[in-house]
Amino acid sequence: MTNSWTDIKNTDLVVVMGGNAAEAHPCGFKWVTEAKASRGAKLIVVDPRFTRTASVADFYAPIRQGSDIAFLLGVINYCIQNDKVQWEYTKAFTNAAYIVKEGFAYQDGLFTGYDESKRDYNRSTWDYEIGPDGYAVVDETLAHPRCVWNLLKQHVAIYTPELVERICGTPKDKFLTVARMISECASPTKTMTSMYALGWTQHSKGSQNIRAMAMLQLILGNIGVRGGGMNALRGHSNIQGLTDIGLMSNLIPGYLTIPTEREPTFDSYMSTRGFKPLRPDQMSYWQNYRKFFVSFQKAMWGDAATAANGFAYDWLPKLDVPAYDVLRAFELMHTGKMNGYFCQGFNPLLSFPNRRKITAALSKLKFLVVMDPLQTETARFWQNHGAHNDVDTASIQTEVIELPATCFAEDEGSLTNSGRWLQWHWAGGTPPGEAKHDAWIMAQIHLRLKELYRKEGGPVPEPILNLEWRYKDPDEPTPEELAKELNGYATDDITDPNDPTKVVLAKGKQVVSFAALRDDGKTASGCWIYSGCFNEAGNNMARRDTSDPDDTGAFLKWSWAWPVNRRILYNRASADVSGKPWDQSRKLLEWDGTKWTGYDVPDIAPNAKPEVVGPFIMNPEGVSRLFTRGMMRDGPFPAHYEPFESPVVNVVAPKVRGNPVARVFRNDMEQFGDAKEFPYAATSYRLTEHFHFWTKHSHVNAVLQPEFFVEISEELAKEKGIKRGGTVRVWSKRGSVTAKAVVTKRIKPLICDGKTVHIIGIPLHWGFMGAARKGFGPNSLTPYVGDANIETPEYKAFLVDIEPIAGPVA
Amino acid sequence: MFPPFPNPPTTPTQARFGEGDLIRRSASSVTPPAQRQTEVAKLIDVSKCIGCKACQSACLEWNDLHEEVGVNVGVYDNPLDLTPASLTVMRFTEWVNPESQNLEWLIRKDGCMHCEDPGCLKACPAPGAIVQYSNGIVDFVHENCIGCGYCVKGCPFNIPRISKVDEKAYKCTLCSDRVAVGQGPACAKACPTQAIVFGTKEQMKSHADGRIKDLKSRGFANAGLYDPPGVGGTHVMYVLHHADKPEIYAGLPNNPRISPLVDLWKGVSRYAGFAAIGAFAVFSVLHSVVAGRSKVSEEDETNAKRLADHEGSNGSQERAST
Amino acid sequence: MRHDEVVKGDTLHPGDPVIIDRYSTTARFNHWMTAASLVLLALSGLALFHPALYFLTGLFGGGSNTRAIHPWIGVFLFFGYMGLFFRFWKVNLWTPTDGTWLSKLHVFLTGHEEDMPEVGRYNFAQKAVFWWMGILIMISIASGLAIWDQYFSTYTTVDQKRIAVLVHSMAAIVMICIVIVHVYGALWAKGTMTAMLKGRVTGGWAWRHHRKWLRELAADEKARPGTPPATPAE
Repeated sequence: MTNSWTDIKNTDLVVVMGGNAAEAHPCGFKWVTEAKASRGAKLIVVDPRFTRTASVADFYAPIRQGSDIAFLLGVINYCIQNDKVQWEYTKAFTNAAYIVKEGFAYQDGLFTGYDESKRDYNRSTWDYEIGPDGYAVVDETLAHPRCVWNLLKQHVAIYTPELVERICGTPKDKFLTVARMISECASPTKTMTSMYALGWTQHSKGSQNIRAMAMLQLILGNIGVRGGGMNALRGHSNIQGLTDIGLMSNLIPGYLTIPTEREPTFDSYMSTRGFKPLRPDQMSYWQNYRKFFVSFQKAMWGDAATAANGFAYDWLPKLDVPAYDVLRAFELMHTGKMNGYFCQGFNPLLSFPNRRKITAALSKLKFLVVMDPLQTETARFWQNHGAHNDVDTASIQTEVIELPATCFAEDEGSLTNSGRWLQWHWAGGTPPGEAKHDAWIMAQIHLRLKELYRKEGGPVPEPILNLEWRYKDPDEPTPEELAKELNGYATDDITDPNDPTKVVLAKGKQVVSFAALRDDGKTASGCWIYSGCFNEAGNNMARRDTSDPDDTGAFLKWSWAWPVNRRILYNRASADVSGKPWDQSRKLLEWDGTKWTGYDVPDIAPNAKPEVVGPFIMNPEGVSRLFTRGMMRDGPFPAHYEPFESPVVNVVAPKVRGNPVARVFRNDMEQFGDAKEFPYAATSYRLTEHFHFWTKHSHVNAVLQPEFFVEISEELAKEKGIKRGGTVRVWSKRGSVTAKAVVTKRIKPLICDGKTVHIIGIPLHWGFMGAARKGFGPNSLTPYVGDANIETPEYKAFLVDIEPIAGPVA
Repeated sequence: MFPPFPNPPTTPTQARFGEGDLIRRSASSVTPPAQRQTEVAKLIDVSKCIGCKACQSACLEWNDLHEEVGVNVGVYDNPLDLTPASLTVMRFTEWVNPESQNLEWLIRKDGCMHCEDPGCLKACPAPGAIVQYSNGIVDFVHENCIGCGYCVKGCPFNIPRISKVDEKAYKCTLCSDRVAVGQGPACAKACPTQAIVFGTKEQMKSHADGRIKDLKSRGFANAGLYDPPGVGGTHVMYVLHHADKPEIYAGLPNNPRISPLVDLWKGVSRYAGFAAIGAFAVFSVLHSVVAGRSKVSEEDETNAKRLADHEGSNGSQERAST
Repeated sequence: MRHDEVVKGDTLHPGDPVIIDRYSTTARFNHWMTAASLVLLALSGLALFHPALYFLTGLFGGGSNTRAIHPWIGVFLFFGYMGLFFRFWKVNLWTPTDGTWLSKLHVFLTGHEEDMPEVGRYNFAQKAVFWWMGILIMISIASGLAIWDQYFSTYTTVDQKRIAVLVHSMAAIVMICIVIVHVYGALWAKGTMTAMLKGRVTGGWAWRHHRKWLRELAADEKARPGTPPATPAE
């Protein structure tokens, strides 16, 4: 989230699209209810299903899953056509005026530079024209035909309300109502918030779904302001935290990147990470990259990381492929190239697409270690559970080791919520039975490995032998110790540059924030963006002061938010070019002539002059990007692509199947079904009664939603002779499930490109372990294809067929 | 935002109401307290409810109840109905608004309404099995309950359920145990959107006014408060978007009142019944006094003997002629 | 020979006085069981009918037990009554005399039975008790099942249960009234209790109250000589 949960109460319009906040985030949704009740805010829901969020919405519009980009570009087009643009913001705070290189084009669904054999683009033309002064060329008048604004205008022009209806199945009048309501937020005194979740990410073009809305929010001037923002509702209580400390296989904590094979030395690695400003006087904060990286290396290897050895750069792995994401991991397992797997707090048998492939992959492993507080299906993948896990146990040779871990309530530590708040919590109970904290388990594995390396040697033992392990009890590092390490500390006395005799931070002291990190090895910090969470002032994450001056929703003294306790990112953009708030009633920051003051920690140097320094300090441009240069693999603008399994052809580019650069493995391509064989558009989702595959182990939750079902429209039910509460079989090219049928008015067939599209909803909470009835998950059906940029599997749009079957009379 | 209740004290607290605060007690009379406590109420704002069932879960947890894992019968409602363990359930209705043709998914939390004039209490034959406190809470006292199910018949909302395990009646207590120590009901505490709030009845009514104003501004011209006068008002009230049609919310009764049959049963029938029994008894006594007993005389015996001895065959002829 | 007014076991023993076996041991047992269950039902039912009588639950071991036992006694009553019914239904059928008898009811009530038409084994009032009790017991059983929630709660709607509970209590009241009449009648007509206690009546009693029945028995007696006189006392 760019903003925080509590900030949502400041909004005028909530758009829930690509998510189902009321069901999947009921606690956070209270702030939507609050905005509605106290501010008269409106709520729009755009979803294939009339969800529980829609049940409290002011307006609901249906949409076919996987067509969000067309819808959003349609809204952008509407705003441009109707002059509903926050012009001052767009001109000053986005790259609308930047001139794009000659040669960049978009045609027939493809941008310049596509190489079909590699399924990849040469992105060299997707960039700004650089002037002789080394800076990007801009045309403040927006007259230049190749300025970003004109390219955008041209790019979205085809997405008329008629085309949107044709692609999305959203009736034109409903689309126009949504577009009109959204466009009103172009006013500097009206803001809109976008709340989205896996309904946008779990597509082969998930990142571009989000970009499309981000661009819309930018031209409406809704980024950096109270009640605005792009608010990703994270699917686990701490998935934001996991992302922050390096969930992605190509990242190390704090969104630093793991070196690749093409970067054999520290210098070669740093040579592409200079982040020179693209416009004069811009902060381009990533220029501090080296400080963050060196501090990370010091946190990893302490005294063994020296300037002389490039701060132990050699000990970091070097990627030979762009990423070892989960899809690749299971592909490697499946092809016999990965033989062991550690599965920590994770249930891939039900979480990853194409369950048949997952089972086959796990069956080829030599060993599988499962660390989990629950008996997951993954740990029992080898056990026959009849139709619900029909495997031949005798033929599976994988050795499975279960290490019982603790659940969050039995452990101390911080959870990072969607709003980037690190909230410390304390153990509410002691671990049951033989369960151990994850930190204990990890420590044991590390210490035993280290001992083995010491005794027996082996290739490249240094990273293990030299790993910094400065915990009071080496057998079990405490959460506080780990948090302090993430925050960072001085590895040596740090002196005042003007007075070398004056020690400003003594060795061993906690750094106050990442501003204190250094690239000379005198500081260590496990995750630079977390720096400040546990400094000499104490554990800031444990703060519980509910004061909130003037009810802005900032709650600066409650827990701690990264970065540096900032609650709204890009908050400098809440004020106009001169530093005056766009909306006095929603003031966030203000330039008082010498410095920035206000309710939040400024997202800019406190004395950075408003007319000079741009608000988007992480970007070398100092402004935000409507055109994202070559930073996304599938295009500098979002473009409409159908899901890989779509009931209709791509009307914009009929020859293109799916996202042309989506992550897909050759063999999996053959397992895509087409609309002739599998006529119905399926989507998967969560229900509010359950949390993923955890709560089916809890009796109370099992009572509230006991049994696997699929949802279909009354029309489809009639067509197929399916009765409410009857049993159905649903199958795709990859697998088959049986389920109860929920026949509902909340799903309606859509008319897309003249064709009736029936939608089948498949919730995901059931398996063959736990208290709820045994059932299936959508991953028995979903295709093995991932987003082009972050490899998130396409769970939200795929094709199936359905038929009624004789089932238990219950 | 409605101010949440502060966390409870960790030290033992004196209960704020108890036996001395009863204003009604089933099948018995009580001396009402000199001063009635401020009436409390729970307000369920249907327009804010997202149907998450946190209230159901909180209810099961707080009351330490064990519900069975059921089945899916093709709807979101689970359990499908109130049970002795599920004292509250969400009822989902897919309703197409005939005016706008728009689908509305009406989600209503069902449970005891804590009527000011409780039909259950009226019907209950067991002294003290159902009580009403002066703050309006209607509570079941299980040690006095005999499991007859009369409360089920008395209730205009079809709420109480009889347990098959201990044959006692169960329903929402409005968390009287929590309210007694200054807390709100568990469901209200758990509700993420403050669709359930708890306070004095007056507070709830004025909070509802604000909500109704908001709903009217959003085009729900018939938004209103459900506090049915037929049962003297309730201590659980609803804010409805369509207060003119409560029945669309999974059959919430329009103008509920204690069934006239129950009134008849618990009222006139008792008097009429006892009067009839008394009348028959009195008649009998009077008759015996006035008419005396019917005695068999010697003559009767003689006649009989004569008949038995001599008139047998004549008798049969006689009989044939009658 | 037709036996319109006679049931099996009715036997006339000539002598002085004439003794007639009116109720066999099983018939009496059947009657008293039915009577006992009616009394218990009335007590347990009234206990739950009005709070003032709730103390009666003490007889049954408390409220819960009263609630649990009452319907089972009802089942017992049902079978008891069925026994009586099949034993006596024929002699309770309507005869034209019953109409005449009813039209002279005031004569009967004022004690001038000698002016009443001769009746068979049962007079109109007795037959009315027989049939009304039968109907009311059936109504009570049916309505009772509808409110026997322990086993049958799911078979009826709450509204049906409300009707049932009202009907059930009304039927019970009427039954109690009938029982009062029945008991009073038995006490009022001297010699009647003996019929149900010892099974026999005197010829005079039969002459006075059920002369037609007596005539029939006497006729039978003639047709079947050699019946030994009954022993006056058992």
